[in-house]
Amino acid sequence: MKKQNTFIVAAAVTAAVIAAFWLLLAAPAYTGNEINMTRGVTAQSAIAYQLHMVILWICVVIGVIVFSAMFVSIVLHRKSRGQTPAQFTHSTKAEIIWTIIPVVILVVMAVPATKALVHMEVAPETEMTIKITGFQWRWKYEYVEDGIQFISSLDAASNAVRMLESDTNPETVPDYLLNVDKPLVLPADTKIKFLITADDVIHSWWVPALGWKRDAVPGFINEAWTEVKEPGVYRGQCAELCGKDHGFMPIVLNVLPKDEYRAWVREQTEGLAQQQADSERLWTREELMDLGEGVYAAQCATCHQADGQGLAPAFPALAGSVIANGPLTDNIDLVLHGREGTAMPAWGSMLSDADIAATLTYTRNAFGNETGDIIQPQTITRIKNG
Amino acid sequence: MSTESQTAVHDEHHDHKPSGFLNRWLFTTNHKDIGTLYLVFSLLMFFIGGSMAMVIRAELFMPGLQLVEPEFFNQMTTMHALIMVFGAVMPAWVGFANWMIPMMIGAPDMALPRMNNWSFWILPFAFTMLLSTLFMDSGGPAAGWTLYPPLSLQGGQSFAFVVFAVHMMGISSIMGSINVIATILNMRAPGMTLLKMPLFVWTWLITAFLLIAVMPVLAGAVTMLLTDHFFGTSFFNAAGGGDPVMFQHIFWFFGHPEVYIMILPAFGVVSEIIPTFSRKPLFGYTAMVYATASIAFLSFIVWAHHMFTVGMPLTGELFFMYATMLIAVPTGVKVFNWVSTMWRGSMTFETPMLFAIGFVVLFTIGGLSGLMLAIAAVDLQYHDTYFVVAHFHYVLVPGSIFALMAGTYYWLPKWTGQMYSEKWGKIHFWVSAISVNILFFPQHYLGLAGMPRRIPDYSPQFADFNMISSIGGFIFGASQLIFVGVIIHCVYKSKKAATGRVWEGAKGLEWTLPSPAPYHSFDTPPPIDSTTIAHVETSH
Repeated sequence: MKKQNTFIVAAAVTAAVIAAFWLLLAAPAYTGNEINMTRGVTAQSAIAYQLHMVILWICVVIGVIVFSAMFVSIVLHRKSRGQTPAQFTHSTKAEIIWTIIPVVILVVMAVPATKALVHMEVAPETEMTIKITGFQWRWKYEYVEDGIQFISSLDAASNAVRMLESDTNPETVPDYLLNVDKPLVLPADTKIKFLITADDVIHSWWVPALGWKRDAVPGFINEAWTEVKEPGVYRGQCAELCGKDHGFMPIVLNVLPKDEYRAWVREQTEGLAQQQADSERLWTREELMDLGEGVYAAQCATCHQADGQGLAPAFPALAGSVIANGPLTDNIDLVLHGREGTAMPAWGSMLSDADIAATLTYTRNAFGNETGDIIQPQTITRIKNG
Repeated sequence: MSTESQTAVHDEHHDHKPSGFLNRWLFTTNHKDIGTLYLVFSLLMFFIGGSMAMVIRAELFMPGLQLVEPEFFNQMTTMHALIMVFGAVMPAWVGFANWMIPMMIGAPDMALPRMNNWSFWILPFAFTMLLSTLFMDSGGPAAGWTLYPPLSLQGGQSFAFVVFAVHMMGISSIMGSINVIATILNMRAPGMTLLKMPLFVWTWLITAFLLIAVMPVLAGAVTMLLTDHFFGTSFFNAAGGGDPVMFQHIFWFFGHPEVYIMILPAFGVVSEIIPTFSRKPLFGYTAMVYATASIAFLSFIVWAHHMFTVGMPLTGELFFMYATMLIAVPTGVKVFNWVSTMWRGSMTFETPMLFAIGFVVLFTIGGLSGLMLAIAAVDLQYHDTYFVVAHFHYVLVPGSIFALMAGTYYWLPKWTGQMYSEKWGKIHFWVSAISVNILFFPQHYLGLAGMPRRIPDYSPQFADFNMISSIGGFIFGASQLIFVGVIIHCVYKSKKAATGRVWEGAKGLEWTLPSPAPYHSFDTPPPIDSTTIAHVETSH
């Protein structure tokens, strides 16, 4: 009679514990929200997902056993049921068993975990290379073989709405905070090597659909690789705290079928020729001011602010600043090489000469600055070449 | 019985506390008064750190920035962590050590009473200095409590205050640890052999060694940051030949033992409470001691599992993955032994027991997610997401903090001589236990779905669970006011006197003293036998 009673309690408690696990781990999915890791679109992300599910299930089974035993005891072995306490203090046999069983479980887990890690970390022969440089708070992408390079920043719509003073509902912005002005375009079905580094502080390049993240560390070049099977747009974010706009540094991949990708590369290469021509011809003041205003808004305004007033104490004002109104060569030098120990990057390797010339012209003649300087792209080219 | 009457006679000429507020509190060398100072201080810090968490959860209540600028948000996450780790949890455990260790080993006081005073009184200055940075031009530290360079070096002049505050906290911790070790090794009553000590004393002995081993490492790391920032050195500056990743190795060599510093005394407290309310001796006492020591040893060789994404060699990743997985074995032994202690006991569920059971369940959940994080190949997805935030809050809040609350309810009658309100204690438990899960469980989903940690604003796809998490956070925060209410009521208003034994099943030397415990715990060494202590060495 008593034994049967115990069995019923044990069954009921175990059922309740399983129900609780279901409520925590499965039920929330019915709200329509994503609650689990993505399967992603690469072999690596599929492996990560499968391994994650295996370990999760092992943890669930362990949890159900331990919690069931505990709650059976809580239900049965209470003083209010007139229990008299047993006085056993140890059992060498039991203790050896529950040391060895976890060791066996861990070994069983370690085998697939090791295989997965080897697959992820050991890169195969790759067909092309992208260099990724993180800097506050953008990503620069360089196509090593094709000579294409550009900076990818948070898109203007998200950027406007994310401001503290903005009253716009973020839900109205498509892909709020997960959209950029220029996505990283990649070919599908191609083994791609990434070389990842940073210019200022540590960032971390993460697109969940690829199945991994890798830190971008100044002074180091980390390697990673991918091969995306399905063309599509995949989104991610910087994953390592990198300063005030860490949350506003998204990553967007646009994976194209191989032929579309080749067409895109052609288009970009033609753009390069145009850029070359731009830096060789003479520009008017209006052209420079127009271009400069746009570049300033996209690249400089996060720190120095749209009105050039900066954000004390870390980000100096340009309006009335000694540098923006001082000797031109010092100003060019600062913009080209950045300032160590601050968030000011070396723009010389990131923007075209025309962009830099235009931005300098703009900052030296806006926000009440009246130097009257007109800086030609040629000047920048000449200074860069020493 | 005879012990109690003897001590009572004793009290008449020995139990005089220093007169005057300054003499009693500022110049005190008494372990109980210093313990009280530590506990009150840590409770204050718990609320300051908690209010920062409320700012964080309020900003994350919905997408878009509504309340604070991102820079201030980063200061809040950084300060919340520094205050909670160094100001709330660690000093609270030192407070428990001060109050309980002399009483548990049959000593009159701590071994080094003047150093004891100093190690406490450093803390208010350290934290005033740390908090003052929030009011400086360059603001508080905003690079996360891990202070990773080069980002932490971008902070302004106030960074020097942070470094010196950390130095002072370290000095305080090291002095506290020396005191704990000296007390335990030298002041045990005759007959109290090491393997008869209560488990709380054991866990603190091991914790103290961890502290002495790693606090100087942290001091070295922040000193190098200081000279990099102000004196032109390049320890961590790649452009000057330094190595930013080196800081992470040094920091986590401190940081991983640090998390065990916060949890080992919790294991100790829970190992005292569960036997008391199960009316049954702790199962596998010796195994518990060895498990604690194993965890402490392993804590030194797992640090780089915090760094799987920095670009380590494959062999390094494999080593740190295997070592980390191994920790599950001694931790599992502990959980199994707690359940076995409850098995066939005669349980009652007063507030301390409720918090202890809550601890075992929720800490185990945090432990299991920790096991998942150990798997390096998947950690490349988990790392730096809300999954990690959920994991470490599960082991710290319903882990360490629940154990602190369990211990407070357990020993409060012994400290004050009065019973707390059981009804309000239970209300505090249930509201906290439910809200803490509403607060942290959805963060697992957020992390898995791709939300990075330490961001002030997020994509609307994460909105629902962030809102639920914030609501849980507000309830959890508010429910801690009940805790303060129960303590104040117990100390000043409670009319129900506590007996010496307090709990029917309580065993251990502290329960042989009257309640409130006399000012100089044991003037003469108490007898050590199975009637007075819980863990009597068993021979096979």
